[in-house]
Formats: sequence, C-alpha cells, structure tokens
Amino acid sequence: MDNKRIKARIELEDGSVFHGYSFGAHKSVAGEVVFNTSMVGYPESLTDPSYYGQILVLTYPLIGNYGIPESKIVDGLDEWFESSRVQIAGLIVSEYSFDYQHWSANKSLAQWLIDHDVPGLYGIDTRMLTKRLREEGSMLGRLLFFTEALDFYDPNKVNLVEQVSVTEPIEFGSGQKKVILIDCGAKDNIVRSLIARDLTVRKVPWNYDFTNEQYDGIMISNGPGDPKMCRQTVDIVRGAMDKDKPIFGICMGNQILSLAAGANTYKLKFGHRSQNQPCVEVGTKRCYITSQNHGYAVDGRTLPAGWDPWFVNANDDTNEGIRHKTRPFLSVQFHPEAAPGPVDTAILFDDFKRMMI
Amino acid sequence: MTTPAKKVIILGSSALKIGEAGEFDYSGSQAIKALKEEGVYTVLVNPNIATIQTSGHLADQVYFLPVTPYFVEQVIQKEKPDGILLGFGGQTALNCGLELDSSGVLARYGVQVLGTQVETIRNTEDREHFVEKLNQIDVKTARSFAVGSVQEAEQRAEEIGFPVMIRIAYALGGLGSGLCNNKAQVRELAQKALTYTKQILVEEYLLGWKEIEYEIVRDQFDNCLTVCNMENFDPMGIHTGESIVIAPSQTLSNREYHKLREIAIRTVRHLGVIGECNIQYALDPNSEDYRVIEINARLSRSSALASKATGYPLAHVAAKLALGHSLIDVPNSITKVTKASYEPALDYVVVKIPRWDLKKFKQVSKKIGSSMKSVGEVMAIGRKFEEALQKGLRMLEIGASGLVLNRQFDVVDLEKELAEPTDQRVFALAEAIKAGMTIDKIHDLTHIDNWFLHKIKNIVEIEEQLAEVGEQRCPQLLLLDAKQHGFSDEQIARALGKDEAHIRELRQAYNLTPFVKQIDTLAAEYPAQTNYLYLTYNGAEDDVQFLERNAVIVLGGGAYRIGSSVEFDWCCVNSVMTLKELSYQTIMVNYNPETVSTDYDECDKLYFDELSFETVLDICEKEKPLGVIVSMGGQIPNNLALRLDKAGVNLLGTSASNIDNAEDRHKFSKLLDDHNIDQPEWRELTSMQEAKQFSDKVGFPVLIRPSYVLSGAAMSVASTDEELLKFLKKASDISSDHPVVISKFIENAKEIEIDAVAQEGELMVYAISEHVENAGVHSGDATLVLPPQRTYLETTRRVKKIARLLAQKLKINGPFNMQFVAKDNEVKVIELNLRASRSFPFVSKIFKVNFIDIATRVIMGRHVPKIDRSAFDLEYVGVKAPQFSFTRLIGADPTLGVEMASTGEVGCLGDDFDEAFLKALLSVGYKLPIKSVLLSTGPIESKAEFLQSTRILESMGMQFFATGGTAKFMQANGISATKLHWPLTGKQPNVTDFLENGKIDLVINIPKNYQEEELTNDYIIRRRAVDFAIPLFTNLQLARRFVEAFSRKTMKDLQIKSWAEHI
Repeated sequence: MDNKRIKARIELEDGSVFHGYSFGAHKSVAGEVVFNTSMVGYPESLTDPSYYGQILVLTYPLIGNYGIPESKIVDGLDEWFESSRVQIAGLIVSEYSFDYQHWSANKSLAQWLIDHDVPGLYGIDTRMLTKRLREEGSMLGRLLFFTEALDFYDPNKVNLVEQVSVTEPIEFGSGQKKVILIDCGAKDNIVRSLIARDLTVRKVPWNYDFTNEQYDGIMISNGPGDPKMCRQTVDIVRGAMDKDKPIFGICMGNQILSLAAGANTYKLKFGHRSQNQPCVEVGTKRCYITSQNHGYAVDGRTLPAGWDPWFVNANDDTNEGIRHKTRPFLSVQFHPEAAPGPVDTAILFDDFKRMMI
Repeated sequence: MTTPAKKVIILGSSALKIGEAGEFDYSGSQAIKALKEEGVYTVLVNPNIATIQTSGHLADQVYFLPVTPYFVEQVIQKEKPDGILLGFGGQTALNCGLELDSSGVLARYGVQVLGTQVETIRNTEDREHFVEKLNQIDVKTARSFAVGSVQEAEQRAEEIGFPVMIRIAYALGGLGSGLCNNKAQVRELAQKALTYTKQILVEEYLLGWKEIEYEIVRDQFDNCLTVCNMENFDPMGIHTGESIVIAPSQTLSNREYHKLREIAIRTVRHLGVIGECNIQYALDPNSEDYRVIEINARLSRSSALASKATGYPLAHVAAKLALGHSLIDVPNSITKVTKASYEPALDYVVVKIPRWDLKKFKQVSKKIGSSMKSVGEVMAIGRKFEEALQKGLRMLEIGASGLVLNRQFDVVDLEKELAEPTDQRVFALAEAIKAGMTIDKIHDLTHIDNWFLHKIKNIVEIEEQLAEVGEQRCPQLLLLDAKQHGFSDEQIARALGKDEAHIRELRQAYNLTPFVKQIDTLAAEYPAQTNYLYLTYNGAEDDVQFLERNAVIVLGGGAYRIGSSVEFDWCCVNSVMTLKELSYQTIMVNYNPETVSTDYDECDKLYFDELSFETVLDICEKEKPLGVIVSMGGQIPNNLALRLDKAGVNLLGTSASNIDNAEDRHKFSKLLDDHNIDQPEWRELTSMQEAKQFSDKVGFPVLIRPSYVLSGAAMSVASTDEELLKFLKKASDISSDHPVVISKFIENAKEIEIDAVAQEGELMVYAISEHVENAGVHSGDATLVLPPQRTYLETTRRVKKIARLLAQKLKINGPFNMQFVAKDNEVKVIELNLRASRSFPFVSKIFKVNFIDIATRVIMGRHVPKIDRSAFDLEYVGVKAPQFSFTRLIGADPTLGVEMASTGEVGCLGDDFDEAFLKALLSVGYKLPIKSVLLSTGPIESKAEFLQSTRILESMGMQFFATGGTAKFMQANGISATKLHWPLTGKQPNVTDFLENGKIDLVINIPKNYQEEELTNDYIIRRRAVDFAIPLFTNLQLARRFVEAFSRKTMKDLQIKSWAEHI
C-alpha cells in the first residue's frame, strides 16, 4: 500500500523462497520452520517455550487482530502469557492486522515482536508454505532481510531444554501437597493449573535431582526439541519411579516418561501444532479435542510390559499418552493446560491431584 | 437409544419463508442421504415441491402435504415408521413434532424421536426451563422473564430497567420481537405478540455486546465438540439473520474463544443434545462477561452456514449421530482419511451477508433490527476480510460492485443511517469514513468493533489511492493491493476512468490472476482430495491442477431472493446429475450457503465464488471447460450469456444472440411482429412525452418495466398520469443500461404459462399451466394449476403453436418458459425466457418427467425422445401456491401486484383441483375450519362477482361481518351481515377490535386498484389480518375458488396419498 514496506523473505533448505514484508524486528534468523493451524492464541503460542528455536508459520491468515495484552503479574506469573518472553525465532503470517482492537490490549503484535527482537513476515502464501512443510516434513529455514550469508541452523541438534529451563528451583502457591514440576520449558499455565487446585509447585531445572526432597507428586513439563537431548532428566525420572509417588507428564513429559520406562521416541514428519487434535482414550468411545505442539512422538509399539497406551490420535493413530498398568505413572502428549486451545482435558489435573491424596 | 430405526419419517420445513429458507432443503437432503447409507427406509413430509429433498432419488416416499400435526399423524398412521427426525426441518418441523409428542401421537404409534429428545427440545424452547437448566451449571443467561399478559410484561420491563427486549418463545427468525424504550412501547409490542403466542419474553437488552455463535455436535457417548464459531459484524441489537457474519470469530482472544467454547460444551452436555445444536452468546466488548442468548437444538440457518464455511457436513453427521453412531466412527468426508471427531481449522475467512428485498414491498420499513426481514444470504470466502466482504457485496446482486465505487449511494443522513441502520448501513460505513468521520465516532453510533471498521477504512484508502493514479498506468503493486482487498476489475476501472476490459488486460500484462485454494477443514495439515474451491488474490499458487478436458461448468442461481430461490437450485443440481450420468466432469459455481448445489459431493468441483463475468471468465481460463451452461441458475447466469460468449467462452445450449433476442424487449417484440404473433401493444421509451402519447392512445392501465429483470423488479401498473411519471422514474433508476418498455395492461384476462424443452428448435416436451388469478398478479405470486382446468382447449392449442414457432425461430436448444395472457381465446405473448424457470421442478414432479434431465441431454447434443402429449392425460391435478412472509415485514401491505412478493411456494397433488388446491392453501398457512368471515369486497364489479360465493358461504351457515359498502350490498341482495366500522372512523363496532379479538376466521379484502399506496382503511384491515395471523384473501379469483373448494370438501376428504401413489 505504501513505499515504506520493508521486504524480507523466508528460504527453506529445499531451496524454495517466499517473499513478504517485515512487521517485526529488523533481524535475520535461522531455525526450524514449523506450522500451527490454530485460529486464536498467538500471545500464548509465541511465549510457549516449546517453540524455542523455531520459525513459526501460522496458517490462519489474519493475525494480530486483538493486539497484545498488558503485562499483569498474578501469583508470580504474567497472567496473559506462557513465559516471560517471546520464544519463537521468527513469525510468518499471511496478513498482519496493523490495526488491532481489544479491551485487554495495550500494544500491537508488531511492537511486541520488536520489543523482543523477533522478526515477523507478512504477505506470504502460508497455505503454500504449509503444504511444502507437510509434504517435505518440517524443514530448516532462514528469514532474511538482505543478501547476507546466514547458515541454516538445526535447533534439534542442540539441547534446547537447557536454554529455556530455570536455573534455580522456584516455588509457587501454598497448597498442602507439593508437586515437583520438572521444567523442560514449562508453560506457565501448567503452574497456574496446579496452584488453582491448591497445590504447591516447586519448579526445578531440567537436570535438578529432587529425589531426596519431600514431595507428593511429579509433573514433567513440555519443552522444545528432541527429548533424547534430556538424558539427565530421563535418568532422574527413572530414579523417581522407584518411589510410588504419582508422576504425570505433559508433551515432552510424555516422551521423557516413555524413555524412562524404556520405550522409544522418534521425530514426526511435520509434528502436531494446533488446537483441534482429536485424541481417543484407548478402549473407550471417548474422544477429546486437544491442544498440541510437538515435533517428536512416543513409539507406542515400543512400550515395555507393564505399560499401556492411554490415548491415540484419531487422525493418524500416533501415541498421545501412556500409563502404567498398576503404578501411578501416566502422561499425555497433548496439553491439558491448554493456553492456547480447548480446555476439555483440564480434568486430568484433577485426576493427578486425586492420585496424590 | 433402543433398537435401531428401520423406517424413519422426516419432517421438512415446507415453503421457503423469511427465517426458514433453503437451508432446510440442504439439511433435510443430507439427512436423507445419511439414512439411506444405513439402509433406513425414509418417508418425507414436505409440500415444498421445488426442493431437492422431495426429488425421486432421495426419500423412499414423499408426501406433498402440509407439515401440520393433523396431516403428519395420518402419514404416521399409514406408514407406521419406527423413528422420526424433528431437527432437519427448521422451526416448522420442530413445532409440529412437539405437538405430536404432547398429544401422544408419537407414543401411540410407537414412533421414537431420534437424536435430541423432546424433553431437551422443550428445555431449550421454553425460556423458564432454559434459564433454570443453565442456572444449574452456573451458566449465565440474559435476564429474562416469560410473561403471559401485557400487564406482567410492563412490570417485568420496569424491574429489568429500560431498554428491554420483547421476544416470542417458539419463534423462528425473531418473529414479532423488538426493542422497547418505555412502557408504552412494551404495551404495544406485547399486545401484538400475545396474539401469536401465549408466552412472551421480556429481556435485558445487551446493546452493543458482541454477538457470537458456536455450532456444536454431540454423540450418545458424550463426545462433544464445536465445529465452528462465528462473530456478528453487527453487534447485539440486530438479529443474527440480519447481520453480516464472519467465521471464525475475529476479535476474540484465546481466553474468550475457549471460555465460550467450554460453556457451549458444558451446556450441551447438561441439556443432553444428541446431534447438532447452536448456541448464541452476547459477549461484553469490555470484559469477559457473557450471556447465553439462546440455543437451537436443531439444524438451523447458522448450521448450514457453518457447514459451508468449514466443509464439515453438519447435517449429515447429525443424522448419523441421531442413529446412534459415535463421532469417532463417522468419517470426515472431506479428507477421507480422518474422522468426524475433530474441529475444523480454517485458513481463510468467510463472510455471510444477508440479502434483503425490501424494495419489493409497499409501506415496509427499511430499518433492520431485532426481527428478521432478509430473504436470503450469500457467503464469500477470502484470505482477507476485505476480500471476502467485497466479494459478498457483489454476490448480493443489488447493483453494488463492492463496498465502494458504486454507481449511487442515496443515503442523505449518514449519522442517522449508522445509528438506525437500514439495509444500506454497510455502505454508509464507507461513506462515513470518506466523509471524515472518525472510527471512534462510527463505533459510538454503530457499536461495530473497531477492528471491522479499520478494515473498511483499508478499502476506502485503496479507493483513494486508485483515484490518485490519474492518466498514468496503474502501478502493479497498487493493482495487486486492490485485488487482494477484493476490488473487482469493474470497480478498479471505475476508479481509474477506464473500462473493465482494460483492467483485465492490465492484470494479464502484470500476470495478476487469482489463485484457486481448497477448503480442506484442516488448514492443509492433512492432504485432502477436496474439490471444494474458492479464488483469492492472497496467494501464490493453485492448490489443484486443471487436467480435465471434458468438464462442463453449470452456473448457479446465487442468493435466494424474491423471484429466484430453491427452484433454480433444483434445476442446477439435476443438471449436474445428468451431466455426471453422461460422464462429464461437472463444475458448479455458486455462493449461496443455503443450497444443495453448494454441497461439495454434488459435483466434481465446486467453486464457491462469484457469478460475475470476471470470476466466471477467470475460472474458465483456468479450467478450460468444454463449455458453460447458463440456463439453469435463473437470471444471474442468463444475464452473463452475451458477455461470456463475446469473451470466447463456449456457451452450451441456446445461442447467446438468441438469448438476447428474447431478453431484449425491443428485439423480442419485433420478432413477434414479424411472425404475426399477438402481444400487448408496447413502446420502447425515451421520454415522458412519448409515454403520455402512448398511454393516451391505448388507454390506462399500462405496464412499465425495464428489460433484463426477473420477478418484476421496478415493474408497475399505472392507472393515471401521475403514476405513470412516478413509475417511469423508478424503472429508469434501476436499470439505465437497458431500455424501459411500456405496454398496454390487459384487464380481466387469464394468464397461461408453458414450460418446455426444445432441441435445435424442435419442441420436445412441454407443460401448459393456468393461473387461478387473473393476469396482473406476478406469475411468481400466482396459484398455478397443472394440467389447466378452466382454459379452453383452443387456447392451449394456440399457446403450444406459438411456443413451437418461437422455438424454431430462436433455434432454442434447451429449457424455456413463456407466459401468455388469454382472453376469449385470444392469446398474447407477455414474456419468453430462454432458460429454466421457477416452475420447472413443479411441472417435472407433477408429470414425473424430469424436464431438466431432458434439457441437459439436449444441451449436450444427446438424442432425446419426443414426449407424446397423450402421456400427459393425468388422472390428478397439481396446484402450486405461493407462500408470503408478510408477517415478518412489519408494515408491508399484503396485496398482490405485478411485483413479486412471495418468498416461497408449495406444490400439492389431488384427485381433483379442489383437493390439491386446499392442500396447497393449508400448506401455506390457511386454516380450517372457518366459521366467520369478514368481507370487504372492493369495487362494485368485484362485489357483484363475489355474490355467488357469498351465497355459498351463507348456505354453509357462515357468520358474516362486512364493512359499510359491502354490508349494504349484501343487504340489498338479501344476505345479512354484521356491519363493522372502518378502522379510521374509530366508531364501534370497529373492524380493528374484531380482528384483534379473534372473532374473525377469514378476511376477504379486495383492493380497489392496482397500485394504491396510501395508508387507507383497507390497508389497515389487511395488515391487521396478517399481524394477527388471520387467513387473508386479496384476490377475487382466488377467494372464489377457495369458497367453491371449501364448500365441497372437508379435511376428511383430503387424502393421504404419497407422490408415488398419485402417479
């Protein structure tokens, strides 16, 4: 519309190039390019640590409509966001809504990205890009402004969890029972969901050995990248399984519990990133609509004796959760804490609490 | 769910009316398909003969009978079904089902209600139960009280505090609801509403709150999900059927979206819905506070929209769930690889815009508000809101080229238009921005969310940039921007002062073409073999390849509106079915979400997009089809014939030049003259003076009409010089591209129609029908009789002869329809349409000869047998009757004239005329028995003509009321009647009181002339009759035939015979 538009582009490792215009920070980045099909929830998604190192493509074409809410700290957490910063490496949309409107908003998405030094591109055929990712699988890509040389960067080759986890334990809430939350990049709504159920949450670093501390249950969080990078976490969880304290895993937590149990994980072609993933509870006719964000999955066929698949994905039959036949260990690949997404499985936090009583 | 049902009765929604339109043909057809897949025997009751669902290939048995408890009970008694579906035929079916349940009929015959149970339906329909149920789970409802008296209404209103809303329980489309700012308004509205119903609602008024809807499905295993959410562009205060609606919601945060979603699911579970339902919310624009407004535990207009918007076949899935299936067993029919247990993710936006036809009615208020007046809707798909909005505004076919750059905009007071909206408000928004009004100011006046207003501003800004281009070549980037924001070539051309062809060339020079995208329900996450497509400029590649080389494009009928509705959808769908049978690849273009033709499983490819010259040509350039069929979708595709032909598109069927020869009044009349075919005297008009000369010569009344119109838009009968002047102006305003024609209006003549198919100029099959009403009533409002009962054999012979001659002269190759006036065996041609007409489904179903199948074969050059006339010696009669929606059009004068006013129709069969006629009238709202009649029979000739009928009524022991002149006339003829005073005299006993107090069962009011528009006593009588739901006749011939039929037959004489049993 005007001459002030700054051109930028996204290049994929297969050589394809998509040209668009910048609306975020003026900075070239490299990372893994993934897509998410959610229609709402960009402030939550962009602050989800599981996206760390990724260039995120949103398939819903109108983004930025309701701006970014004002920061508001409640119980030590910023109530509108899933962590204290924008975690994605870059954002790609079809249309950026320069004019936003919402009672809760105090700045635009563009301003927020600039504040967090994250680039954003609009004017891209995100459906075309998504189809490329679906067909070729998630690919490395770089978001470029000029003709600069910037190497592709594979975030899955490094330990991303280390970069998003806390460095010291922090406590939230003041409930009777205490939950150890292993922070592999935990979304804040996991903490909120636990303290809302009158639990104390002790959020500990990914490689922190808490097994000698007093606690009532363990929650293994979500997190970015390949779970096999978290050898130490797997070992700690395996150690914790000697006790009969309840263990609940979410997302990467599902993968870590599976690895600790002796099962295997693998990389999905293009992952599940959306708010509409149907998960069937095995052995029932019940199906739950879930929020998801993962590139790796548990290979359900490798579950050792004593373990059962708990949920499977109704679309592609991949594993969506496991549980021990007799002991209080269970985990789900989806996000019962939602934020963003449907809250249908929030009841699992109640189940977890019940197990601790 | 006990034993699975083997035989199921499905109730349809009867004739199309405001608030209940084609969406129920879509949902009923889907349900029947779903049941048939399960091997269930289906019985359908629906008198709407133009629907797809009443076609031979769907239900096993079809009854063209009124959807009323009396008739449905008899069908149940006869067919002995073990299950019934109530949720697929709108409020009509639901109300009928509830009555059958409460009267014990369903229990008596062992018919189980499939899907959502009656108790749940009652909990959603009865406001008090509803609020109580939702309170149980802490779900907030708008403060609302059910009251049964005017006094109670006033009390409650004061308790809530003004303004309050008055609504009717069990109402479709917000019938009779309204906003009240004071006690007096409450009194007036309550009084009127309490005549329709025993219970009305007084409610908290949530002015300016966002209005949000969710569509929900739930199975008997308690799986529950939301298929789609939608946001109204026009916030609370404007009925959702009157609002522009966008899917998915645009201004909701994740928390708001999922909070409302969670409440929806919790509520639906608590109520125990099985199948589909819809929940409407008001959401505070300044917090997360909300109210549940209502729940429809059935398929609805919104669910049809949601199905088309997402690609999720809600009606089909709902039927499967009603049969007891689970969501994880039903496949996703779009992706084929996934299941129905998911929530669609959209990667586009959908904008629905209502289509109003308020100009067709005399005296009606143009304001839009809390009750529904729109007659149809369009749905536009784009990857920007602006793109979809501008597409949608063009799709309305109201002369707008988009939001801006329209030929004319005639709102004088912008602020008033914004604050008290009419059907023009969306255009006023753009005008206000141009006039410098701030977004905040517009928001204050309209309460429309600023996000939407900013989008409108974007469109205005592009218009301004285009205006600055001047003489230079429009830069590529600006042209692309305009296209991405939904500007048509025509709009851009207007802004640049060029012609449309120039813009197309420029686009091609810049290589700017739209891209074809799929609707796949999962935002490209899974590969989908979907054929559900739209065009967008916000893209860089086509999703599909164009490999078919034997594709045929059928152009659809667009938005339902007065004069063009479900019958053209029937024609399109049938044409596509025949094309498939002939092994062509079929491509459908249409954008009406209420149709079956826009179901992606009806054709090989569905373009849910514009039926404009530009878009159709874009599609043709991509698809390179064998050709395009323009004769099935009514006037919209027909009007494209010449231009498409000139652009090199291969038109299938009658040639474009011959279509023009028939459409262009001048050419057509000349053709008739050349062949000595009689026609009413006419003249093409250039000045008032000439018009005056002409009318002086032939004498009043005269008929004025522009060329190229359907359903009599701007068609008028003038009886005086003043009227002549007024109507001429109106006609030239509407269509300045085509000449205005004036002709002699022939009084007291019969009107005859022929529907036919010719091959290479040879008449292959035809059906001649007569109108009950004399010429002068628009053919769409007339009662049609097939075969003719009171037309001379000689007349029909002449009609056929003329049709044969014209078919030959115009080398007709496909469907056509002609209308004639006949008086004393003299036959004059009024009109010829070289396309399928409104009556094609009716004649096809009465004859059980599919005219569209034959026409399509002819168009594709196949041999068809000539159907011999003797095959038409029917042992039964078919009657098609119009359905009016005057009750919803507050203030509209319910008279008939040359402009069409009906919104739908029914067609019924009987062993004789009387039987078919009574069934048809009972289907469109007339009620028996009748014990008292108010007569006010107009001019003396009418009075005399009605005398015999009056005597018949007298012999039946009728109680007569009459107005002054009529009472006197009756007295003079020895018939006693209670004289009632005219409304405006205020004297007692007054007509008004008798009408309002339910003392009159039938009103026969014959207007004094054709175009009376003043507020008169007669108008008040007619309007009261409509407002108080008293059957009304305003046409003398119709009233006479009714009296005859009604004197000869009782309800018991109306046989319960299925379509198959008649034929």
